[in-house]
Amino acid sequence: MTDPINRRGFLKVTAVSLGFGALCRVAPLLATPEGRAVARSLSRKNGEAPRPFSFVQMSDTHVGFDGAANPDGTRAFERAVEQINGFKERPDLVLFTGDLTHDSENPGEHADRMKRFREIAGRLRVPLVKMVPGEHDAGLDGGALFRDVFGDSSYSFDHRGVHFIALDNVSRGKPTVGAAQLDWLKNDLARFPATAPIVVFTHRPLFDLRPDWEWFTADGDRVMNLLSPFENVTVLYGHIHREHSRREGGVEHHAARSLVFAFPDPASGAPKKALPFDAAKPFQNLGIRRIHAGPGPARPPIEEIELTLREFSGTVGLQQFSREGELS
Amino acid sequence: MRMRPIAMVCFAVAAVALSLSKGALPARADEGPRVIPVAARRFEFSPARISIVKGETVTLRVTSEDVTHGFFQRDLGIDADLAPGQPADVTLTPKVAGAFTVICDHFCGAQHGGMKMTIVVE
Repeated sequence: MTDPINRRGFLKVTAVSLGFGALCRVAPLLATPEGRAVARSLSRKNGEAPRPFSFVQMSDTHVGFDGAANPDGTRAFERAVEQINGFKERPDLVLFTGDLTHDSENPGEHADRMKRFREIAGRLRVPLVKMVPGEHDAGLDGGALFRDVFGDSSYSFDHRGVHFIALDNVSRGKPTVGAAQLDWLKNDLARFPATAPIVVFTHRPLFDLRPDWEWFTADGDRVMNLLSPFENVTVLYGHIHREHSRREGGVEHHAARSLVFAFPDPASGAPKKALPFDAAKPFQNLGIRRIHAGPGPARPPIEEIELTLREFSGTVGLQQFSREGELS
Repeated sequence: MRMRPIAMVCFAVAAVALSLSKGALPARADEGPRVIPVAARRFEFSPARISIVKGETVTLRVTSEDVTHGFFQRDLGIDADLAPGQPADVTLTPKVAGAFTVICDHFCGAQHGGMKMTIVVE
């Protein structure tokens, strides 16, 4: 007899690239008796059975940025909020992966920028909005302003059977998670079975993407060691202002675009310098990526949509993440 | 008193030997590796570029002149914290030639991302 809790393809977590982030869908296979048995088993172990939903990742809005790389300020951020509010399928939540604001030497000015971020993010017509800080939010004050406004910078929550973990790898100034947070993470993960679907969202990459561009987390390997027993882990991050996906040790890592300016591809040999602003294409590189997800083994159709002045455009897609769950 | 010739030769040899030892071995031990001062300030390192011969042991004496900075280069094994006004010695013996970018990895302000220097190993 086939063990009903050892079936592949029970759960698919897939995403639609929004350019500035991703619209993600969690799609458990509930249509069969086996699927429902798996859901009941996971519910007993995890407290809640996975149910279909979608969410959005946004990143690096840098509210308060004033430079040649984007003289339009928050225009792209505000446009993205409009577009999300226009989705026919309303996302359950929006995750911001850091650099909500651009830093300021003046604490009052920085607080105003955070307030402005809250005002724009508050226009999102979604039930839940969560965020982690970036170094531009928390690097100068150890995260004090972020915590004053949003509460803890590392935390976790469960949503429809998926465990979300917010990790702060910016508030210590250096790119580290730190021993205390690692201890917290270890305890946080202790109650979950290996098959629990987990989404980690953080600012910097948790692997050595490009250390000489400061695209790394010094103790990211220790985070990944703690996550290594788990079979359905997705890491969402920002910081690098461009799309990037990598599979490391069975874990999918996905970076979102920024909503203020893009960095070049390091492999191109270009220096780490914001790509120039084009007034004729103010949202260039700040587009939208959507992946249509569903249960079953086939990879979902994908569409890549540029954030434009009026309507979505573009068709070339890139799947952001998709991994079958397997209960053991 | 007059010295006999053989005694004079011995004295001279001893004096030369002492002279050599003073001018070489102890001095080398005292000098240690070549020390290169580096200043860190928002948002630059000075000098912004230094050259080292492959296999040469050097000490970079890095001092922050303002706020806390970092001094980081993965391939050369450099990872130092720079508290203001407190020199940090970073000693290295590069085994591989190339140009290595050292960054400040402790966020120090809006232009932090551009704070870097290059170590050229020839």
